[in-house]
Amino acid sequence: MTGTWIAVLATAAGCYAFKLSGLTIPQRLLASPRVRRFAELVPVALLAALSAVQAATDGHAFNLDPARLAGMAAAIAALLLRAPFLLVIVAAAGTAAALHAAGVS
Amino acid sequence: MSAQRAGAQVPSAGGEAAAGAAVSGPPRAARPVRDGIGLGLAVGVSGIAFGAAAVSSGLSAWQACALSLLAFTGASQFALAGVIASGGSLLAGTAGAILLGGRNALYGLRLAGVLRPPRRRKPLLALGVIDETTAIALAQPDESSARKGFTATFICIYLTWNLSTLAGAVGAGHVAAPQTLGLDVVGPAAFLALIWPRLKAGRRERAVAAAGAVIALATTPIVPVGVPVILAATAALAAALVSPAGDPRGPDTA
Repeated sequence: MTGTWIAVLATAAGCYAFKLSGLTIPQRLLASPRVRRFAELVPVALLAALSAVQAATDGHAFNLDPARLAGMAAAIAALLLRAPFLLVIVAAAGTAAALHAAGVS
Repeated sequence: MSAQRAGAQVPSAGGEAAAGAAVSGPPRAARPVRDGIGLGLAVGVSGIAFGAAAVSSGLSAWQACALSLLAFTGASQFALAGVIASGGSLLAGTAGAILLGGRNALYGLRLAGVLRPPRRRKPLLALGVIDETTAIALAQPDESSARKGFTATFICIYLTWNLSTLAGAVGAGHVAAPQTLGLDVVGPAAFLALIWPRLKAGRRERAVAAAGAVIALATTPIVPVGVPVILAATAALAAALVSPAGDPRGPDTA
């Protein structure tokens, strides 16, 4: 139990240290155009990767869950129709939930 | 905040986000808060899944709540619980969970220039540097909206995530699978929606996003869980290195 507490608190401390380090790194390090472009593009790369990984995998394996993929397709359709953000989320979750309820996957 | 300044800080969000707001109706000023709270509620409730998973992994309810209160970054929390459940080494589990939090450092790097917090507020703001707050903040057309969006998302997710962790930890065993409500698709759909304006803004953003997704998917079977998303940063690195100094993306990024 003590070991688990140490793991819990060390994880919390490490995660917080990472968050704080990004915020406190001197901004002059971002003065170079290349570094600034990197910092600007990183969220695009990471969030796209996160979206793909959460949509199509579970753990180490690809998991092409039909309901989840249909939810993503609904989100893309809503985005192409210029739906507001919350409607995109509702469309995605609603589609996936409806297909789950219907017994798909 | 001058438009030029905001444009320089939040590249490419300007034109497209403004066009989107004009089409979808509601006043732009209300969107960062409304979107942040909406996302916060939708994502925050998955704390129920974490609380339940943590307790069935062998963590106590207190430990589950401590992770949500102090680590407050879902992927790392799930990773630690997963290793404990599988009986893996606590040291490796801790290292993996912390490594997963590495992307928050990259987010912080970007957010510091947009939120520009005073030094004394950084320790508190840092706790809120996660995927969702970053995505909402960087989707805003100017710095003021970015701050509002970050704050609204942070407060809403923090409250919801912690309360739902407690509920899930206490009620473990009575919890329906998140898939029943389609909650498993909320995260990926939200992240896609939030980078959408950037994807429409330029070919380079689209290339970086596509490359990031491909890198992460391709490495998923072979590296530890969580690492693929961090490896996706190499797509941004490559694009930043090969881009000419004179940036072709348009006036708002010059």
